[in-house]
Amino acid sequence: MVTLSIDGREVQAEEGATILEVARDNNIYIPALCYHEEVAPYGACRLCMVEIAANGREKLVASCLYPVEEGLRVKTNTERVINNRRMIMELLLARCPDSEVIQDLAKQVGVDKTPFKLEDKQCILCGLCVRACEEVVGVSAISLVNRGVNRQVASPFYEAPDACIGCGSCAYICPVNAIKMEDIGDTRTITMPNPKMKKIEFKLKKCKVCGKYWAPERQLEYIARIAGLAPETFDVCPDCRQ
Amino acid sequence: MRITAKQLKQKAKSILDNYQRDQGMLVSILQDIQAEYNYLPKEAVVEVSQALGAPLSQVYSVATFFKAFSLEPRGRHLINVCLGTACHVRGAVRVLEAIERELDIKSSRTTKDLKFTLETVNCVGACALGPIVIIDGEYHGQMKTDKVKALLENYT
Repeated sequence: MVTLSIDGREVQAEEGATILEVARDNNIYIPALCYHEEVAPYGACRLCMVEIAANGREKLVASCLYPVEEGLRVKTNTERVINNRRMIMELLLARCPDSEVIQDLAKQVGVDKTPFKLEDKQCILCGLCVRACEEVVGVSAISLVNRGVNRQVASPFYEAPDACIGCGSCAYICPVNAIKMEDIGDTRTITMPNPKMKKIEFKLKKCKVCGKYWAPERQLEYIARIAGLAPETFDVCPDCRQ
Repeated sequence: MRITAKQLKQKAKSILDNYQRDQGMLVSILQDIQAEYNYLPKEAVVEVSQALGAPLSQVYSVATFFKAFSLEPRGRHLINVCLGTACHVRGAVRVLEAIERELDIKSSRTTKDLKFTLETVNCVGACALGPIVIIDGEYHGQMKTDKVKALLENYT
Protein backbone atom coordinates (compact mmCIF):
# COMPACT_ATOMS: atom_id res chain seq x y z
CA MET A 1 0.00 0.00 0.00
CA VAL A 2 1.08 3.55 -0.66
CA THR A 3 -0.22 6.83 0.72
CA LEU A 4 -0.80 9.78 -1.56
CA SER A 5 -2.87 12.90 -1.53
CA ILE A 6 -5.49 13.86 -4.09
CA ASP A 7 -6.79 17.42 -3.84
CA GLY A 8 -5.36 17.59 -0.34
CA ARG A 9 -7.09 14.41 0.81
CA GLU A 10 -4.88 11.59 2.12
CA VAL A 11 -5.78 8.30 0.48
CA GLN A 12 -4.41 4.78 0.65
CA ALA A 13 -3.93 2.88 -2.56
CA GLU A 14 -2.75 -0.43 -3.89
CA GLU A 15 0.70 -0.22 -5.45
CA GLY A 16 0.49 -0.32 -9.25
CA ALA A 17 -2.97 1.28 -9.38
CA THR A 18 -3.30 4.37 -11.54
CA ILE A 19 -4.25 7.82 -10.26
CA LEU A 20 -7.59 7.66 -12.06
CA GLU A 21 -8.53 4.31 -10.50
CA VAL A 22 -7.61 5.50 -7.02
CA ALA A 23 -9.49 8.77 -7.51
CA ARG A 24 -12.63 6.95 -8.63
CA ASP A 25 -12.39 4.50 -5.71
CA ASN A 26 -12.37 7.54 -3.43
CA ASN A 27 -15.24 9.30 -5.16
CA ILE A 28 -13.03 12.01 -6.63
CA TYR A 29 -14.29 12.81 -10.10
CA ILE A 30 -11.89 13.03 -13.04
CA PRO A 31 -13.54 13.16 -16.47
CA ALA A 32 -12.38 10.56 -19.01
CA LEU A 33 -13.73 9.08 -22.22
CA CYS A 34 -11.19 6.46 -23.27
CA TYR A 35 -10.98 4.72 -19.90
CA HIS A 36 -12.81 1.51 -19.13
CA GLU A 37 -12.04 -0.79 -16.22
CA GLU A 38 -12.25 -3.91 -18.40
CA VAL A 39 -9.49 -2.91 -20.82
CA ALA A 40 -5.93 -1.71 -20.40
CA PRO A 41 -5.57 2.08 -20.11
CA TYR A 42 -4.54 3.81 -23.27
CA GLY A 43 -4.28 7.58 -22.68
CA ALA A 44 -6.00 8.61 -25.88
CA CYS A 45 -8.61 11.20 -24.89
CA ARG A 46 -6.39 13.28 -22.56
CA LEU A 47 -9.42 14.45 -20.60
CA CYS A 48 -8.11 12.86 -17.42
CA MET A 49 -5.00 15.07 -17.23
CA VAL A 50 -4.12 16.03 -13.65
CA GLU A 51 -1.29 17.94 -12.07
CA ILE A 52 1.26 16.13 -9.95
CA ALA A 53 4.14 17.48 -7.90
CA ALA A 54 7.41 15.75 -8.67
CA ASN A 55 10.92 16.97 -7.82
CA GLY A 56 9.58 20.33 -6.74
CA ARG A 57 8.02 20.89 -10.16
CA GLU A 58 4.44 20.47 -11.15
CA LYS A 59 3.58 18.67 -14.31
CA LEU A 60 0.53 17.43 -16.15
CA VAL A 61 0.09 13.70 -16.60
CA ALA A 62 -2.68 11.48 -17.92
CA SER A 63 -4.10 10.06 -14.68
CA CYS A 64 -5.38 6.91 -16.39
CA LEU A 65 -1.79 5.86 -17.14
CA TYR A 66 0.18 7.25 -14.19
CA PRO A 67 0.82 4.71 -11.42
CA VAL A 68 0.49 5.98 -7.87
CA GLU A 69 3.58 6.26 -5.71
CA GLU A 70 4.32 6.98 -2.05
CA GLY A 71 3.91 10.65 -1.16
CA LEU A 72 2.54 11.66 -4.56
CA ARG A 73 0.57 14.91 -4.48
CA VAL A 74 -2.16 15.06 -7.09
CA LYS A 75 -4.37 18.02 -7.91
CA THR A 76 -7.35 17.50 -10.16
CA ASN A 77 -8.75 21.01 -10.23
CA THR A 78 -6.01 23.59 -10.60
CA GLU A 79 -6.35 26.39 -13.12
CA ARG A 80 -3.85 24.68 -15.41
CA VAL A 81 -5.76 21.40 -15.33
CA ILE A 82 -9.07 23.14 -15.95
CA ASN A 83 -7.70 25.17 -18.86
CA ASN A 84 -6.27 22.03 -20.42
CA ARG A 85 -9.49 20.15 -19.97
CA ARG A 86 -11.47 22.98 -21.57
CA MET A 87 -9.16 23.08 -24.57
CA ILE A 88 -9.51 19.33 -25.09
CA MET A 89 -13.28 19.62 -24.74
CA GLU A 90 -13.32 22.42 -27.34
CA LEU A 91 -11.38 20.24 -29.74
CA LEU A 92 -13.66 17.26 -29.14
CA LEU A 93 -16.73 19.46 -29.52
CA ALA A 94 -15.41 20.74 -32.85
CA ARG A 95 -14.79 17.20 -34.05
CA CYS A 96 -18.14 15.78 -32.94
CA PRO A 97 -20.56 18.72 -32.61
CA ASP A 98 -23.61 16.44 -32.86
CA SER A 99 -22.64 14.04 -30.09
CA GLU A 100 -24.88 14.38 -27.06
CA VAL A 101 -22.33 12.78 -24.78
CA ILE A 102 -19.68 15.30 -25.83
CA GLN A 103 -22.13 18.19 -25.51
CA ASP A 104 -23.11 17.15 -21.98
CA LEU A 105 -19.53 16.61 -20.89
CA ALA A 106 -18.55 19.95 -22.40
CA LYS A 107 -21.26 21.72 -20.39
CA GLN A 108 -20.04 19.97 -17.28
CA VAL A 109 -16.55 21.42 -17.67
CA GLY A 110 -17.93 24.83 -18.61
CA VAL A 111 -17.53 24.72 -22.38
CA ASP A 112 -20.57 25.71 -24.43
CA LYS A 113 -18.98 26.69 -27.72
CA THR A 114 -15.82 25.94 -29.60
CA PRO A 115 -13.53 28.36 -31.44
CA PHE A 116 -12.44 25.63 -33.85
CA LYS A 117 -13.81 24.75 -37.25
CA LEU A 118 -16.68 22.27 -36.96
CA GLU A 119 -16.39 18.79 -38.42
CA ASP A 120 -19.11 16.17 -38.60
CA LYS A 121 -17.35 13.14 -37.15
CA GLN A 122 -18.95 10.80 -34.67
CA CYS A 123 -15.89 8.84 -33.57
CA ILE A 124 -13.33 10.37 -31.17
CA LEU A 125 -10.69 7.69 -31.94
CA CYS A 126 -10.36 6.64 -28.32
CA GLY A 127 -9.79 3.07 -29.45
CA LEU A 128 -12.04 1.53 -26.79
CA CYS A 129 -13.92 -0.56 -29.38
CA VAL A 130 -10.66 -1.82 -30.86
CA ARG A 131 -9.24 -2.65 -27.45
CA ALA A 132 -12.43 -4.37 -26.27
CA CYS A 133 -12.55 -6.41 -29.47
CA GLU A 134 -8.97 -7.54 -28.88
CA GLU A 135 -8.71 -7.84 -25.10
CA VAL A 136 -12.23 -8.79 -24.00
CA VAL A 137 -13.73 -10.59 -26.99
CA GLY A 138 -10.42 -11.82 -28.40
CA VAL A 139 -11.21 -11.63 -32.10
CA SER A 140 -9.61 -8.32 -33.22
CA ALA A 141 -12.10 -7.77 -36.00
CA ILE A 142 -11.56 -4.01 -36.17
CA SER A 143 -8.54 -1.77 -35.77
CA LEU A 144 -7.38 1.80 -36.13
CA VAL A 145 -6.22 2.28 -39.71
CA ASN A 146 -4.27 4.99 -41.56
CA ARG A 147 -2.65 7.75 -39.58
CA GLY A 148 -2.73 11.41 -38.74
CA VAL A 149 -5.88 13.20 -39.88
CA ASN A 150 -6.93 10.10 -41.83
CA ARG A 151 -6.97 7.83 -38.79
CA GLN A 152 -10.22 5.94 -38.37
CA VAL A 153 -11.72 2.82 -36.90
CA ALA A 154 -12.25 0.28 -39.66
CA SER A 155 -12.33 -3.37 -40.54
CA PRO A 156 -9.67 -4.73 -42.91
CA PHE A 157 -10.30 -3.36 -46.43
CA TYR A 158 -13.51 -1.74 -45.09
CA GLU A 159 -15.35 -5.03 -45.71
CA ALA A 160 -17.60 -6.95 -43.36
CA PRO A 161 -14.90 -8.60 -41.23
CA ASP A 162 -14.64 -12.41 -41.23
CA ALA A 163 -13.37 -12.30 -37.66
CA CYS A 164 -16.39 -10.37 -36.32
CA ILE A 165 -18.87 -12.45 -34.31
CA GLY A 166 -21.47 -9.71 -34.03
CA CYS A 167 -21.33 -9.58 -30.24
CA GLY A 168 -21.77 -5.81 -30.17
CA SER A 169 -19.13 -5.19 -27.51
CA CYS A 170 -17.83 -2.31 -29.62
CA ALA A 171 -21.25 -0.65 -29.68
CA TYR A 172 -21.71 -1.27 -25.96
CA ILE A 173 -18.34 0.17 -24.92
CA CYS A 174 -18.26 3.18 -27.27
CA PRO A 175 -18.26 6.18 -24.90
CA VAL A 176 -19.90 8.51 -27.43
CA ASN A 177 -22.39 6.00 -28.91
CA ALA A 178 -20.85 6.31 -32.35
CA ILE A 179 -21.26 2.61 -33.15
CA LYS A 180 -24.91 1.71 -33.69
CA MET A 181 -26.43 -1.70 -33.18
CA GLU A 182 -29.98 -2.81 -33.85
CA ASP A 183 -31.79 -6.17 -33.74
CA ILE A 184 -34.77 -6.37 -36.07
CA GLY A 185 -36.48 -9.72 -36.63
CA ASP A 186 -33.80 -12.31 -37.32
CA THR A 187 -31.07 -9.81 -38.19
CA ARG A 188 -28.63 -7.77 -36.12
CA THR A 189 -27.17 -4.72 -37.84
CA ILE A 190 -24.00 -3.01 -36.66
CA THR A 191 -23.14 0.35 -38.19
CA MET A 192 -19.61 1.67 -37.78
CA PRO A 193 -19.03 5.44 -37.83
CA ASN A 194 -17.07 5.09 -41.04
CA PRO A 195 -18.57 6.27 -44.35
CA LYS A 196 -16.43 3.76 -46.25
CA MET A 197 -17.98 0.82 -44.42
CA LYS A 198 -21.34 -0.70 -45.17
CA LYS A 199 -23.68 -1.86 -42.42
CA ILE A 200 -22.63 -5.27 -41.11
CA GLU A 201 -25.43 -7.82 -40.77
CA PHE A 202 -25.64 -10.93 -38.64
CA LYS A 203 -28.21 -13.67 -38.56
CA LEU A 204 -29.70 -14.18 -35.11
CA LYS A 205 -30.40 -17.58 -33.60
CA LYS A 206 -33.96 -18.59 -32.87
CA CYS A 207 -34.75 -20.24 -29.54
CA LYS A 208 -36.24 -23.71 -30.09
CA VAL A 209 -38.67 -23.30 -27.20
CA CYS A 210 -39.98 -19.72 -27.18
CA GLY A 211 -39.04 -18.83 -30.77
CA LYS A 212 -37.36 -15.58 -29.80
CA TYR A 213 -34.28 -14.46 -31.71
CA TRP A 214 -31.77 -14.02 -28.94
CA ALA A 215 -28.12 -13.84 -30.11
CA PRO A 216 -26.03 -13.83 -33.29
CA GLU A 217 -25.31 -17.32 -34.58
CA ARG A 218 -21.64 -16.50 -35.08
CA GLN A 219 -21.25 -15.32 -31.52
CA LEU A 220 -22.81 -18.52 -30.18
CA GLU A 221 -20.58 -20.65 -32.40
CA TYR A 222 -17.58 -18.71 -31.13
CA ILE A 223 -18.55 -19.11 -27.47
CA ALA A 224 -19.22 -22.83 -27.96
CA ARG A 225 -15.83 -23.24 -29.60
CA ILE A 226 -13.72 -21.41 -27.01
CA ALA A 227 -15.64 -22.89 -24.08
CA GLY A 228 -15.55 -26.41 -25.53
CA LEU A 229 -19.34 -26.74 -25.46
CA ALA A 230 -21.52 -28.71 -27.84
CA PRO A 231 -23.06 -26.49 -30.54
CA GLU A 232 -26.57 -27.62 -29.45
CA THR A 233 -26.01 -25.93 -26.06
CA PHE A 234 -27.38 -22.71 -27.48
CA ASP A 235 -30.43 -24.08 -29.29
CA VAL A 236 -32.47 -22.84 -26.37
CA CYS A 237 -32.23 -19.30 -25.01
CA PRO A 238 -31.20 -18.69 -21.36
CA ASP A 239 -34.78 -17.76 -20.40
CA CYS A 240 -36.10 -21.15 -21.49
CA ARG A 241 -33.12 -23.21 -20.35
CA GLN A 242 -34.02 -23.72 -16.63
CA MET B 1 0.87 -9.22 -66.78
CA ARG B 2 -1.81 -10.51 -64.41
CA ILE B 3 -0.54 -12.18 -61.31
CA THR B 4 -2.51 -15.26 -60.41
CA ALA B 5 -3.66 -15.79 -56.86
CA LYS B 6 -1.60 -18.99 -56.74
CA GLN B 7 1.66 -17.28 -57.78
CA LEU B 8 0.95 -14.58 -55.26
CA LYS B 9 0.46 -17.05 -52.44
CA GLN B 10 3.64 -18.89 -53.42
CA LYS B 11 5.67 -15.68 -53.42
CA ALA B 12 4.21 -14.53 -50.11
CA LYS B 13 5.05 -17.93 -48.60
CA SER B 14 8.68 -17.79 -49.71
CA ILE B 15 9.05 -14.24 -48.34
CA LEU B 16 7.45 -15.35 -45.07
CA ASP B 17 9.85 -18.29 -44.85
CA ASN B 18 12.80 -15.94 -45.29
CA TYR B 19 11.77 -14.42 -41.98
CA GLN B 20 10.90 -17.72 -40.24
CA ARG B 21 7.29 -16.48 -40.05
CA ASP B 22 8.27 -14.25 -37.15
CA GLN B 23 5.53 -11.81 -36.12
CA GLY B 24 8.16 -9.25 -35.17
CA MET B 25 9.31 -9.10 -38.79
CA LEU B 26 5.92 -7.98 -40.08
CA VAL B 27 7.15 -4.66 -41.49
CA SER B 28 10.12 -6.29 -43.26
CA ILE B 29 7.84 -8.93 -44.74
CA LEU B 30 5.43 -6.30 -46.04
CA GLN B 31 8.35 -4.30 -47.42
CA ASP B 32 9.54 -7.31 -49.40
CA ILE B 33 6.07 -7.88 -50.81
CA GLN B 34 5.79 -4.20 -51.68
CA ALA B 35 9.18 -4.37 -53.43
CA GLU B 36 8.07 -7.42 -55.40
CA TYR B 37 4.71 -6.13 -56.64
CA ASN B 38 5.03 -2.37 -56.11
CA TYR B 39 2.01 -2.63 -53.84
CA LEU B 40 0.45 -4.95 -51.28
CA PRO B 41 -2.10 -7.18 -52.98
CA LYS B 42 -5.04 -8.00 -50.73
CA GLU B 43 -4.44 -11.75 -51.02
CA ALA B 44 -0.85 -11.28 -49.85
CA VAL B 45 -1.95 -9.29 -46.80
CA VAL B 46 -4.43 -12.04 -45.91
CA GLU B 47 -1.73 -14.71 -46.43
CA VAL B 48 0.70 -12.83 -44.16
CA SER B 49 -1.91 -12.54 -41.42
CA GLN B 50 -2.69 -16.26 -41.56
CA ALA B 51 0.93 -17.37 -41.71
CA LEU B 52 1.98 -15.17 -38.79
CA GLY B 53 -1.12 -15.97 -36.75
CA ALA B 54 -1.72 -12.24 -36.37
CA PRO B 55 -5.24 -10.81 -36.72
CA LEU B 56 -5.91 -9.44 -40.20
CA SER B 57 -7.05 -6.15 -38.68
CA GLN B 58 -3.65 -5.63 -37.08
CA VAL B 59 -1.71 -6.44 -40.24
CA TYR B 60 -4.02 -4.06 -42.09
CA SER B 61 -3.34 -1.35 -39.48
CA VAL B 62 0.38 -1.62 -40.10
CA ALA B 63 -0.08 -1.74 -43.89
CA THR B 64 -2.10 1.48 -43.83
CA PHE B 65 0.09 3.25 -41.27
CA PHE B 66 3.27 3.54 -43.33
CA LYS B 67 3.39 5.69 -46.42
CA ALA B 68 5.90 3.27 -47.95
CA PHE B 69 3.09 0.75 -48.35
CA SER B 70 0.35 1.01 -50.92
CA LEU B 71 -2.74 -1.15 -51.04
CA GLU B 72 -3.54 0.01 -54.57
CA PRO B 73 -1.48 -1.12 -57.56
CA ARG B 74 1.19 1.44 -58.39
CA GLY B 75 2.66 2.49 -61.71
CA ARG B 76 5.90 1.15 -63.20
CA HIS B 77 7.39 4.62 -62.93
CA LEU B 78 7.14 6.87 -59.90
CA ILE B 79 7.04 10.60 -60.55
CA ASN B 80 7.82 12.90 -57.64
CA VAL B 81 7.19 16.59 -58.16
CA CYS B 82 9.00 18.75 -55.64
CA LEU B 83 6.74 21.37 -54.08
CA GLY B 84 9.31 22.72 -51.62
CA THR B 85 9.52 26.49 -51.15
CA ALA B 86 12.24 27.08 -53.76
CA CYS B 87 10.54 24.93 -56.40
CA HIS B 88 7.18 26.40 -55.48
CA VAL B 89 8.21 30.00 -56.15
CA ARG B 90 9.71 28.90 -59.46
CA GLY B 91 6.42 27.47 -60.64
CA ALA B 92 6.39 23.85 -59.46
CA VAL B 93 2.61 23.95 -59.11
CA ARG B 94 2.28 24.71 -62.83
CA VAL B 95 4.65 21.86 -63.65
CA LEU B 96 2.56 19.54 -61.49
CA GLU B 97 -0.61 20.68 -63.21
CA ALA B 98 1.00 20.10 -66.62
CA ILE B 99 1.87 16.52 -65.63
CA GLU B 100 -1.62 16.00 -64.23
CA ARG B 101 -3.09 17.16 -67.53
CA GLU B 102 -0.66 15.11 -69.60
CA LEU B 103 -1.36 11.89 -67.67
CA ASP B 104 -4.99 12.73 -66.96
CA ILE B 105 -4.60 11.87 -63.26
CA LYS B 106 -4.51 13.87 -60.04
CA SER B 107 -1.57 13.89 -57.66
CA SER B 108 -1.11 10.68 -55.60
CA ARG B 109 -2.93 8.66 -58.26
CA THR B 110 -1.85 6.03 -60.78
CA THR B 111 -2.62 6.03 -64.49
CA LYS B 112 -5.07 3.41 -65.75
CA ASP B 113 -2.36 1.63 -67.78
CA LEU B 114 -0.24 1.38 -64.57
CA LYS B 115 2.56 3.28 -66.28
CA PHE B 116 2.96 6.21 -63.90
CA THR B 117 2.21 7.01 -60.27
CA LEU B 118 2.27 10.73 -59.54
CA GLU B 119 3.24 12.06 -56.13
CA THR B 120 4.48 15.27 -54.61
CA VAL B 121 7.30 15.79 -52.15
CA ASN B 122 8.20 18.78 -49.98
CA CYS B 123 11.84 19.48 -50.87
CA VAL B 124 14.49 17.06 -52.03
CA GLY B 125 17.42 19.31 -51.15
CA ALA B 126 18.24 20.23 -54.74
CA CYS B 127 16.73 23.71 -54.58
CA ALA B 128 19.28 25.23 -57.01
CA LEU B 129 17.84 23.00 -59.73
CA GLY B 130 14.20 23.87 -59.06
CA PRO B 131 11.55 23.27 -60.13
CA ILE B 132 12.61 19.68 -59.95
CA VAL B 133 10.85 16.49 -61.02
CA ILE B 134 12.18 13.08 -60.00
CA ILE B 135 11.23 10.05 -62.04
CA ASP B 136 12.37 6.67 -60.71
CA GLY B 137 15.09 8.38 -58.70
CA GLU B 138 16.42 10.36 -61.65
CA TYR B 139 16.47 14.12 -61.15
CA HIS B 140 15.21 16.42 -63.86
CA GLY B 141 15.98 20.03 -62.92
CA GLN B 142 14.74 23.36 -64.22
CA MET B 143 11.51 21.82 -65.38
CA LYS B 144 9.09 23.82 -67.46
CA THR B 145 5.54 23.04 -68.43
CA ASP B 146 6.50 22.77 -72.11
CA LYS B 147 9.22 20.20 -71.30
CA VAL B 148 6.81 17.84 -69.53
CA LYS B 149 5.50 16.02 -72.57
CA ALA B 150 8.95 15.25 -74.01
CA LEU B 151 10.18 14.09 -70.62
CA LEU B 152 7.31 11.65 -70.08
CA GLU B 153 7.71 10.22 -73.58
CA ASN B 154 11.12 8.83 -72.54
CA TYR B 155 9.38 6.28 -70.33
CA THR B 156 7.61 3.17 -71.50
